[in-house]
Amino acid sequence: MSTAELGLPRVPAKGYPQDVVDRLEPDADAVIARYPVKRSALLPLLHLVQAEEGFVSGDGIRYCAEKLGLSTAEVTGVATFYSMYKRRQVGDFHVGVCTNTLCAVLGGDEIFAELKAHLGVGNDERTAVSPEGRSLTLEHIECNAACDFAPMMTVNWEFFDNMTPDKAKALVDDLLAGRPVVATRGPAVCGFRETERILAGFEDRREDAVHGGGSAGPESLVGLTIAKQRGEQA
Amino acid sequence: MTLKLAPVLSRAWDEQDSYTLDGYRRHDGYTALRKALTEMTPDEVITEVKDSGLRGRGGGGFATGVKWSFIPQGDGKPHYFVVNADESEPGTCKDIPFMLANPHELIEGIVIGAYAIRSEQAFIYVRGEVTHVVRRLLAAVREAYAAGFLGKDILGSGFDLELVVHVGAGAYICGEETALLDSLEGRRGQPRNRPPFPAVEGLYASPTVVNNVESVASVPSIIRRGKDWFRTFGSEKSAGFGFFSLSGHVVRPGQYEVGLGVTLRELLDLAGGIRHGHRLKFWTPGGSSTPLFTEDHLDVPLDFENVQAAGSILGTRALQVFDETTCVVRAVLRWTEFYAHESCGKCTPCREGTYWLVQAYRRLEAGQGSEAELEKLLDICDNINGRAFCALGDGAVSPIVSSIKYFRDEYLEHLRHGCCPFDPARTTVWAPALTGAY
Ligand SMILES: Cc1cc2nc3c(=O)[nH]c(=O)nc-3n(C[C@H](O)[C@H](O)[C@H](O)COP(=O)(O)O)c2cc1C
Ligand code: SF4
Ligand code: FES
Repeated sequence: MSTAELGLPRVPAKGYPQDVVDRLEPDADAVIARYPVKRSALLPLLHLVQAEEGFVSGDGIRYCAEKLGLSTAEVTGVATFYSMYKRRQVGDFHVGVCTNTLCAVLGGDEIFAELKAHLGVGNDERTAVSPEGRSLTLEHIECNAACDFAPMMTVNWEFFDNMTPDKAKALVDDLLAGRPVVATRGPAVCGFRETERILAGFEDRREDAVHGGGSAGPESLVGLTIAKQRGEQA
Repeated sequence: MTLKLAPVLSRAWDEQDSYTLDGYRRHDGYTALRKALTEMTPDEVITEVKDSGLRGRGGGGFATGVKWSFIPQGDGKPHYFVVNADESEPGTCKDIPFMLANPHELIEGIVIGAYAIRSEQAFIYVRGEVTHVVRRLLAAVREAYAAGFLGKDILGSGFDLELVVHVGAGAYICGEETALLDSLEGRRGQPRNRPPFPAVEGLYASPTVVNNVESVASVPSIIRRGKDWFRTFGSEKSAGFGFFSLSGHVVRPGQYEVGLGVTLRELLDLAGGIRHGHRLKFWTPGGSSTPLFTEDHLDVPLDFENVQAAGSILGTRALQVFDETTCVVRAVLRWTEFYAHESCGKCTPCREGTYWLVQAYRRLEAGQGSEAELEKLLDICDNINGRAFCALGDGAVSPIVSSIKYFRDEYLEHLRHGCCPFDPARTTVWAPALTGAY
């Protein structure tokens, strides 16, 4: 039996090279400074190391542990609990298809099945790199609080509303071809790693991005629109 | 009597910049904050919110002002105000569009709430899978600091408040308030024992209020317009308005902000009814964790008391509507898989029970086994319900038990056919019936 099968711990990660540490340091310190108690910075720090590498590596875990004075085992225990932290390299884009009941019934199941066939990957798998140098990771996701826009998808956790199999296939083709893609309620999609930096609590480096997609999608406005037509206010 | 809509939180969403500070200030933004900080004591704020009758909009329906009054005062400990923006209960889709369109009203509510409970540190715990909402929150917080609505000596009142946007990482259980606090402390999100309640030992073992986004966002309008105005909506015990989120097989799905106590029949009227050529089969009144309703419940007033009397829970007013093309076994199986995936693993009934539920369900959906399989399912449910450590376990059981209650024969039909008798192609939004070829 190999040691791996015995489940023995792996050789400890070496840690990031100095230039990466130097680059991460200001952001990491800013994250830690937000909290009255240091350990609270762990979730955003894990997003930050995922922004560095496109997944949470052993090096990333070690970095978080050292910054917060925790053991790597403690950090690993947290990282593996949350589904957004990926243990394998995510492509340039993370593509999610909601297959919770409401979206599934309205067409999410069909979209997901067609995308798997179209891309030749299974759930939570990454495509090969396209001739244009792009890859994506496909995953079915849980209810993303957009059921009134069902069936919905996400790219790097931006909203793509009212999808169909054809729209979904065109979307992934555009992503892989390096063509710009704009979210339904959101801005042009950036890379997965840039997105993860936003989720670590830093504003998008593109100043206009916050304005993308307007105030509300049409479904969010149905009640208000009827109220206005009928002259009803609260 | 015709239904009257009450667009309060959504009043300005159709304006291009409703999510900016300027946009919000055109609609009385931050005037309630000025009133609270300059004309009211913290206790007066708590009393006003208590007397308004506002009850938690996150699913539990606990009185918001009462919760605030539980925070011990003069205890020498820091107090924390935490907003639950984890919105992950299947079907629930109100807080996310609200924060996209109007994050400042949430921030105004946070400052007022923190002032009331004497907290100088607040957090918004937002689920991670919503990048654009995070952008909007970060920008709004920056704007609010720059305008002096956050930070030191807010509006010259001497009151200080820091607000941090904390982004989660994908775990439904972190919406449960004690799991949320563990997660915010940088741990695995697993529920805590209660007591001690968060009001006594919450974040960092200090007194903490955890409130849903919509609860907090309802506070500025209450302060601005008064408790009596708020009470003109809803009923005695279920006061005020709220979002009713219609999704599924309806002509116009979306957000309808109305007084509590509206019925699904009235809402469907506004929403153009069930999609053409079809009829209502089953629906959730408040998300997947609330027992299913059917056509028989079209006239149940959707407030806390009446929904409970009819055998379900108002929950988050997440009305997922399914027509007769939908297989209830397929629908509930998918939710059951969700609960099994999201079970945090802390207690045995839920961790093991949800796993076995999925196994039994998959067999049933495939038409395998006998009627005994159904009894086994109910048996497992019995072992979870009321025995699990937190409400996720009870929630997992709700759609199962209620669907068997109303649609037992449909389960048996799977067994008789040896497969699912429904065609999933007919349920989609692009199924021919919807386009008139029915
Ligand atoms: C499994 C589970 C998930 C929950 N998810 C949420 C959620 O996403 N948002 C929320 O506000 N409350 C959620 N709750 C309810 C919270 O525990 C808590 O009651 C609520 O945040 C209190 O706020 P309120 O009194 O303003 O409603 C959840 C509860 C459970 C058991
Ligand atoms: S009921 Fe489920 S989610 Fe809640 S503590 Fe037990 S295992 Fe965790
Ligand atoms: S079920 Fe897909 S967003 Fe809610």
